[in-house]
Amino acid sequence: MSMINYASREINCKLVYYGPGLGGKTTNLEHVYGKVSPNTRGKMISLATETERTLFFDFLPVDLGTIRGFKTRFHLYTVPGQVYYNASRKLILKGVDGIVFVADSQIERMEANVESMQNLYDNMSEYGYDLTKIPFVIQYNKRDLPNAAPIKDLQASLNPGWPVEDPALQKVTPDPAHPGENLIDKAGNEWVGRAPYHEAVAVRGDGVFDTLKTVSKLVLKTLS
Amino acid sequence: MAGAASWSFSENDFKQIQTHLQAFLRDSNARCALLVDRNGQLVATVGETPQFDPTAFASLTAADFSANDQLAKMIGEAEFASLVHQGERESMYLADIAKRVILVVLFDQRATLGLVKIKAKGVVSDLNKVFEEMFNRVGSGQAQKGLLEGAEDEIDKLFD
Repeated sequence: MSMINYASREINCKLVYYGPGLGGKTTNLEHVYGKVSPNTRGKMISLATETERTLFFDFLPVDLGTIRGFKTRFHLYTVPGQVYYNASRKLILKGVDGIVFVADSQIERMEANVESMQNLYDNMSEYGYDLTKIPFVIQYNKRDLPNAAPIKDLQASLNPGWPVEDPALQKVTPDPAHPGENLIDKAGNEWVGRAPYHEAVAVRGDGVFDTLKTVSKLVLKTLS
Repeated sequence: MAGAASWSFSENDFKQIQTHLQAFLRDSNARCALLVDRNGQLVATVGETPQFDPTAFASLTAADFSANDQLAKMIGEAEFASLVHQGERESMYLADIAKRVILVVLFDQRATLGLVKIKAKGVVSDLNKVFEEMFNRVGSGQAQKGLLEGAEDEIDKLFD
């Protein structure tokens, strides 16, 4: 739920990093925190357990610049990935403007990824939000690990596509991040849409800003 | 619904909110009043300037209120319309406004919880009216669609 404050000329938007436990959601925020100038970001808040597992959420406000005289301020949140924290995970999704799903590329974590994606769909639909219609980006993290699954397998499991029924959207839409691939494409007689994705190694910062840029751009475009 | 509805408020709304809150602070002896939306975004601050990071404070307030909302449901209550956190010197009183905004009152020994509670009742009812009118006016938030119309180039440039 973006909030526009005409008095202070600010646009505030909420982004949520979702995904299985230990997948790298907090690491994404820590990298952004470390790289962005202190003038353009606020304090990072982490509600974590003693073992540094996210208990409730991490929070980081970042200013991305000014458009039409409005300061664009993004509030980045992570959710706790561990399965039993679903009640708090659902609370964080309330009023979300854009979602990043941080998948763990390791083959052993495939089941956890799928379970978390299903949980995201379920929690979103309980709020009446449609994941196929709001800004949504998938990040395949930990690409540097030897046991990382091939991208095509991850895409097949986590981003298989959804039917595009709006005739206005039924046109081949290239994926700007991956030449030769399309975000909307025709499969047989049906038009299929997919979420944009990025590969990442969040501990090194690879792909972190690409992901953030893609999702925030999509969010701002919903206001245009 | 594709996603969450947006909302906005004008300078005039802001002035009305400020007037109500200033009167409340005067009557209750509280130090400062903040309005935070349920998603954790700071809407307004009136009174003494807080010495903490207000953005972080707002996100934690919303989380606190939401968590308590769920706890209320678990024990069979529809909601906890207000919450109190009492410290040795500084205390907070939180109250729901129009189901979308949270009023946070910060007060110290100069004010008493009883007085804050009584005076808050009045300001909560005034602010309920202001916000309900505001939400009715903007409807589901479609009013702001088009705010950045034609700004696609500017949006792209932001990320170059």
